Amino acid sequence: MTEPMATSATAVVKTWQMYRAMVGLGVLCGSLIVTSFLVTRATIAENRRRALDLAVRTVIPGADRIQVFVASSDGGIARGTEDNPGEERVYAAYAADGELLGVAIQGRGLGYQDLISVLYSYDRERQAVTGFAVLDSRETPGLGDRIATDPSFQENFIALDVTLDESGSELLHPIVAVRSGEKQSAWEIDGITGATISSVAVASILRESAARWIPKLNDHWESMRQGG
Amino acid sequence: MSQLDSASSEATGSMWEAGLWRENPVFVQVLGMCPALAVSNSARNALAMGLATCAVLVLSNTVVACIRSLIPRQVRIACYILVIATFVTCIDYAIQAISLDLHRALGAFISLIVVNCLILGRAESFASKSTMSAAAIDGASMGLGFTLALFMIGAVREVAGSGSLFGISLFGPNFQPWVIMLLPSGGFFALAAWLLVFAAWKERQRPRLQPLEGRAQ
Amino acid sequence: MSGPSSPILAIRTSPHLVRGSRVDWIMLQVLIALSPALVFAACAFGAAAMLVIGVSVIACLAMEALWSGSSGRTLRDGSALVTAVLYALTLPPGLPLWMVAVGGVVSIWLGKAIFGGLGCNPFNPALVGRAFLQAAFPSAMTNWLPSFSVGRFSSVPESTLALPFLRPVYDARTSATPLAAWKFDAETTDSMDLLLGLTSGSLGETSSALLLLGGLYLIARNVMSWRVPVSIGISVALVSGLLRWADPQSYASPVFMLFSGGLMLGSLFMATDLVGSPMTSRGCWLYGALIGVLVVSIRAFGGMPEGVMYAILLANATTPLIDQWIRPRPFGAPGGARA
Repeated sequence: MTEPMATSATAVVKTWQMYRAMVGLGVLCGSLIVTSFLVTRATIAENRRRALDLAVRTVIPGADRIQVFVASSDGGIARGTEDNPGEERVYAAYAADGELLGVAIQGRGLGYQDLISVLYSYDRERQAVTGFAVLDSRETPGLGDRIATDPSFQENFIALDVTLDESGSELLHPIVAVRSGEKQSAWEIDGITGATISSVAVASILRESAARWIPKLNDHWESMRQGG
Repeated sequence: MSQLDSASSEATGSMWEAGLWRENPVFVQVLGMCPALAVSNSARNALAMGLATCAVLVLSNTVVACIRSLIPRQVRIACYILVIATFVTCIDYAIQAISLDLHRALGAFISLIVVNCLILGRAESFASKSTMSAAAIDGASMGLGFTLALFMIGAVREVAGSGSLFGISLFGPNFQPWVIMLLPSGGFFALAAWLLVFAAWKERQRPRLQPLEGRAQ
Repeated sequence: MSGPSSPILAIRTSPHLVRGSRVDWIMLQVLIALSPALVFAACAFGAAAMLVIGVSVIACLAMEALWSGSSGRTLRDGSALVTAVLYALTLPPGLPLWMVAVGGVVSIWLGKAIFGGLGCNPFNPALVGRAFLQAAFPSAMTNWLPSFSVGRFSSVPESTLALPFLRPVYDARTSATPLAAWKFDAETTDSMDLLLGLTSGSLGETSSALLLLGGLYLIARNVMSWRVPVSIGISVALVSGLLRWADPQSYASPVFMLFSGGLMLGSLFMATDLVGSPMTSRGCWLYGALIGVLVVSIRAFGGMPEGVMYAILLANATTPLIDQWIRPRPFGAPGGARA
């Protein structure tokens, strides 16, 4: 066999042999990783962009071009990129003729099992959330995951009221979840029987995210319209 | 030098049989349980996970066998892990490039292939003592055996848990899914069911013992 | 229920028994104690309840017969019948009958048979069956029929007769259990209704009074350790009382906690399972206290409204540990000698 170390001779393996093996292997492996990163980078970015496009188009049908915006440090919004993963982003969707159709907002929060990540659209003219999609969730199959599939739950987001109050800094009615079949006002979310926790989680994700983003989007709507 | 230098077709055939069946990593050696139970909730996920593991296993086995004479004994585990981690990272990128949905479904378990004891186990117990070609065949047979086992678990779980196979509905829209089969505990149930089948099969294969020792086991 | 004294007694060394009772005699006493609750369930939920009980008995006995093979000894001692009845009492009345059968098979097979049969099962078999159903069919297991509805004897709910492996269809007549109403809507239920069983819930959890009566009968007959239910009750009352005292707005009163849900059924008939509970008196107190704390914690802080089942199963799992830890001092041994 090729084992370099005999049972009795302790000094056979020189230190530099170990260094040679580790450093040499490290360099080789490092370059292999970098190579595969460079090879796949473009495809992965393209996949991400396509997945995002698809998600934005499901909440804002008819979107032709999508522009990323992030919250800027002075409290306003600025054009952003996909690069910084920790940053909260919104996606302005424009029609083919350049008209601003709506803004898709990404929200995250804790569900029953793990983080739920959702995308919803804001229509300023109607002052309402007009589309909703679950991007990622690990909710219980058959129960909690109905937040993504249940048709009657999706009906909540045909026109979920997010009117701002007079000052324009807060929602007039915070979004709340109610029991299944008891929705009375346009700002209430009709829950799912058997998935109470997941539907309440969706409501609180929307409530928090909307309270943060919608006043800001409202203030800067014009600049986004032109930024298209 | 190595046990398979001659690489006769008979020995190769027996290696394939060992990985796929006689020493199946999941059903016989019970190795690599973490991914086997965690991401086998659908046939597609299980197959993807199995193939990813198989690819890493073949590559790492080959490379370990290739560099085995250059690696001092004292640092061999570190070197194996380095090789394995490199290939896992590459496979991770490859899966992201193939399908983001798949990458999301498999989640952290792709990165966790690094610590799958099956891969380090084959590197240490086989590849470090064999030629490149024998190590590659061993990696492929063990990897495919792992894939087969994951697929068998995943298929059972998907059929019972969602009433479908590869996303194709089998029983119509009114099927009542057995949610437990999609939860982690369902992995244990499916694994136990297959182990039961294997045990029963082995019991029947066993040659009849002499009446005297018939009951002593 | 008579037969030759079976050698099975030799391994049932539970110290709750002060005299040598036969398995079939004990099981008969348990059945007698459960009968008022069974009759009440049939009255409150009508034909659906009777069907559920019948199917559960058939499924459990069939599985037991399959397991015990030609001897049929364990079939005749009545333990499978007790498991079947207890299991049926934990089910919601509108549950599809095919699910009842699945759970019954799981109870006997995964709950008892694979561990080696009666006396070797670490967990209460009836609860194993129910836990499996809860995890497999969560929505069907949380759909409750209202009790004492009109026409409950003449018609069977559509969901009960769902075809095997198909999703049940529920009519609008479902209602929330007191615990679910409290958890999700902060509505309390009248204590008298809870005691009499005029609420919705699983077959055997509605009438606390009748269950209590059965439990007292078993204690009087010396079949059951009174320490376990008493310590569960004390621990539930103490912990929920403490929570109530700290924040009356968000936590329910101890009375509500004691008489709602499956607590009575669980603490009297399931936690006291001779195999799954500790052997020593001190062990029983500890075991009961653990169940009580778990029940209140799951109900107050967990995602589910009810937690008696999981509390008992978890406590069952700690029983070997408790028995290891608390050992009776051998007679005549120096004081405080512990293994």
